[in-house]
Amino acid sequence: MSLKRKILELQMKREKALQGGGEKAIEKQVAMGKMTARERIITLLDENSFHEYDLFVEHEARDFGMDGKILHGDGVITGTGTIYGAPVCIYAQDFTVAGGSLGLMHARKITKIMDHAMKMRVPIIGINDSGGARIQEGVNSLAGYGEIFYRNTMASGVIPQISVILGPCAGGAVYSPALTDFVFVVENISKMFITGPEVIKTVLGEEISMEDLGGARVHSEITGNAHFFAESEIECFDQIKKLITYIPWNNGQKARPFEPKEPLSNKYKIDEIVPGNPKEPYDVRDVIRAITDGSEFFEIMELWARNIVIGFGRMNGETIGFVANQPMYLAGVLDVDSSDKAARFIRYCDAFQIPIVTLVDLPGYLPGVDQEHAGVIRHGAKLLYAYSEANVPKMTVILRKAYGGGYIAMNSRHLNADFVFAWPGAEIAVMGPEGAANIIFRKEITEAKDPEKMRKQKVKEYKEKFANPYVAAAKGYVDSVIVPRETRKFLLHGIEVSKNKVDRKPIKKHGIPPF
Amino acid sequence: MTEKSKTTKNDIVEPVINEEESLKARFHTLSIDGDKYKTLYTEKYKLRTPWEKPNFKKIYSEIPGTIIKIHVTVGQKVNEGDPMMVLEAMKMKNKLIFPISGTVKKIYVSENERIPKQHLMIELK
Repeated sequence: MSLKRKILELQMKREKALQGGGEKAIEKQVAMGKMTARERIITLLDENSFHEYDLFVEHEARDFGMDGKILHGDGVITGTGTIYGAPVCIYAQDFTVAGGSLGLMHARKITKIMDHAMKMRVPIIGINDSGGARIQEGVNSLAGYGEIFYRNTMASGVIPQISVILGPCAGGAVYSPALTDFVFVVENISKMFITGPEVIKTVLGEEISMEDLGGARVHSEITGNAHFFAESEIECFDQIKKLITYIPWNNGQKARPFEPKEPLSNKYKIDEIVPGNPKEPYDVRDVIRAITDGSEFFEIMELWARNIVIGFGRMNGETIGFVANQPMYLAGVLDVDSSDKAARFIRYCDAFQIPIVTLVDLPGYLPGVDQEHAGVIRHGAKLLYAYSEANVPKMTVILRKAYGGGYIAMNSRHLNADFVFAWPGAEIAVMGPEGAANIIFRKEITEAKDPEKMRKQKVKEYKEKFANPYVAAAKGYVDSVIVPRETRKFLLHGIEVSKNKVDRKPIKKHGIPPF
Repeated sequence: MTEKSKTTKNDIVEPVINEEESLKARFHTLSIDGDKYKTLYTEKYKLRTPWEKPNFKKIYSEIPGTIIKIHVTVGQKVNEGDPMMVLEAMKMKNKLIFPISGTVKKIYVSENERIPKQHLMIELK
């Protein structure tokens, strides 16, 4: 056979394999409002950058009539490419091939590209769209999942790991996304659960739709399993591309710097955003936008635990992780979910050399039986742990209230913050004026002729004496009391002088965080 | 055509104003240490269930499953540790026993019935 014919043969083989599950299956996929696996990869990556591997991998299953079956690529597409020039490893499960079910070779393809990502120290992106384990392959498919989970764990904190849920992702399969850094979901397309509606109906007799059980909105708003919510696959891919620009390729380097830009100070007037009355709400994201380059802020977990805001912005072109209490929701309290949300993000920033800026305005912890019984002690401790452990540059700006345990938890000097600044309206105190006055002056209030008048007077006294930044500044707990307008300048300088920061932790295998 | 697109533009402006107004209307009060804060509630906060003092005389299922056998009848005196019923759940026949002594006041379930978690099964008096 001449080389020409051999090339022709290869082309024919390729063409066949590229059909995936065939026309009918593709039609079904499209009817569900979904792109095919290959379309997804090509749309997400830079033009012509995708290079596919293991196209001719075949499964070895022999039982249950599997021996005659051809499954192109064994239901998963793997390869490498670039996003805005950044190299990435990628895999996408192909639902048109045996429902994207995971058999041994399917898993081997995934672990192979994961190993490659680890060796090359580049991000790994996994697009999940699978019916689950390939039952015919029995324990081999379980082995496949386990080998993926193990690699997810080993890669954690070394290379960025991104999971995109673009179809069902059920049973054991959900644990790979759960182990990765960022999970992307799309309305009406993503479905994640451990036990599906069928099982729930059989066992419990309860009827619930896939969407209500584990749809995109549920995971973005209620469970906190997803980090980014999109209304379409295209919007989802845009979010991933944007994220890639903010994060480094691996833990050994910094995110690529951008051209520095000034904030839009006409649109976000930093002096006017925060109301003087500590009980009035506002959107803290406006404060973040008032200090970031180009007033750009890329929020993560926008819909879950909205009482705390996390996300990336840039300052002087460098990626910064922002953590801020959100007075707009639940007065910005810390609770089970918000502690969990912030703690994980802080650990992400710490692992990938991203400096952290914390904006503080909170009345304390959310009271309630549900909170206590849900373990707010353990979850709240995660935040203390994450801040204390992080040794990237850590800076804090106290915008307004900082009461009690919440003050300590929000990257205070006492948890080894590098710089703590406070605005002149800051109230750093052991608790809010009402509560404090009621306890400190209980005797005076109850014994007064007009207790209500006395109480009001004592609250006022307390406010004047303690509800300010100067008591903390007098002890050096606050480094500088600054005018809001000076915030960006102080933070930029803080980042600048922290460039060579050395903060060694005691030698240990690893800590025991309150997971 | 231009006329039509103008109206559409106006239609877009209006809901924005309504949204601001409805935002104001949605503000709640959250009391922390005696201080009352004006704020919005999160979806999950709205969904939370109020705590109830547990009543040990009401016996609820701890696991979903099927009742295979009920060992007692209404009016029967029982002691702590006496067999109550057999609940098949998670492929196991679980032998349930009475957590406290008392008299069976009412039985809310029947044999072969499939019940969810936290389902009231028996009440003692």
